[in-house]
Amino acid sequence: MKLFENPFGIHEQAVAVRNKRMELIAANIANADTPHFKARDLDFKKILAASDPAPMAATNARHFGTGETENPNGLVYRVPYNSSVDGNTVEIAVEQAQYGQAAADYQATLQFLENRISGIRKSLRGE
Amino acid sequence: MLKNVFGIAGTALNAQTIRLNTTASNLANAGSVSGAEEEAYRAKRPVFRALVDQADLNAGFQNLGGVKVNEIVDTTDPVRQVHDPGNPEANEDGFIWLSNVNEVTEMVEMVAASRSFQNNVEVVNTAKQLMMRTLDITKA
Repeated sequence: MKLFENPFGIHEQAVAVRNKRMELIAANIANADTPHFKARDLDFKKILAASDPAPMAATNARHFGTGETENPNGLVYRVPYNSSVDGNTVEIAVEQAQYGQAAADYQATLQFLENRISGIRKSLRGE
Repeated sequence: MLKNVFGIAGTALNAQTIRLNTTASNLANAGSVSGAEEEAYRAKRPVFRALVDQADLNAGFQNLGGVKVNEIVDTTDPVRQVHDPGNPEANEDGFIWLSNVNEVTEMVEMVAASRSFQNNVEVVNTAKQLMMRTLDITKA
C-alpha cells in the first residue's frame, strides 16, 4: 500500500512551486514602475520535467542536454506584447491576470491536499 | 513562502507612498517663487529600483524581488522667469523665478501612483485569503 509512503504525492512539491510563482508575480506587480525591470515567470513544465525521477540522461560527453535539464529551476523572462521607453517589461494587465490564475492554481493544489488528508483520516478511522 | 508576497507587496506600497508624497510636495510648491534661478523649486521625482541581489540583502533589505526608492531627482524642465518688481522676492532687476511644476503632469502621476498602490493592496488581499485557506487545511 503506497498511501502512507508518500501520502501527498506530487502535490507536496506542487504547493511549493505554486507559492514561488505567486511570489514572482507579486514581485512583477511591485516593480511595475521600476525602470529597466524585466518581468519573470516560472515554467511549470520545465520544473515538472526536472523533478522526473528517471530523466533522460546524458551518458556520453557528446550528448546534448534537453531543454528541461538546462534550466531546472524553470525561471523564464516574460516576453512583453509591447515595448516601453524605460525598458520595463511589466504589463500590469497581464500580471493581474496571471496572478489570478496563480491564485486559482494554488487553491486547486490546496484542494488536492485537503482531499488526500481527509482520505487518510477516513482510512485511519476505518469508516 | 506566501509571507514573502506580503513583504514584496509591502515594499511596493512603501515606494508608491513616497511617490504620492513627492507629488503632494510638488503640487504644494507649484506656486512657489524665488529671487534666483538656481533657487527656484523644481518638481521632484522618485526613481525606483528592484531589490535583486546579495548586495541588497547585505544592506538589510529582506524582500528580494521587491522595490525601493533609489533616489529622488529634480526634473530638468526650465523654470519660468517673470518680471514682477512688486514681488518681495524679486531681485534688484525686478525678476522672480517660478517653479517648473506642471500641475497636469502631477495629477497624472498622482493617479498612477494611487492605482499602483491599489494593485499591490489587491496582491496582499489575495495572498491573505490563500494563507487563511492553507491554515484551514488542518480542518480537512
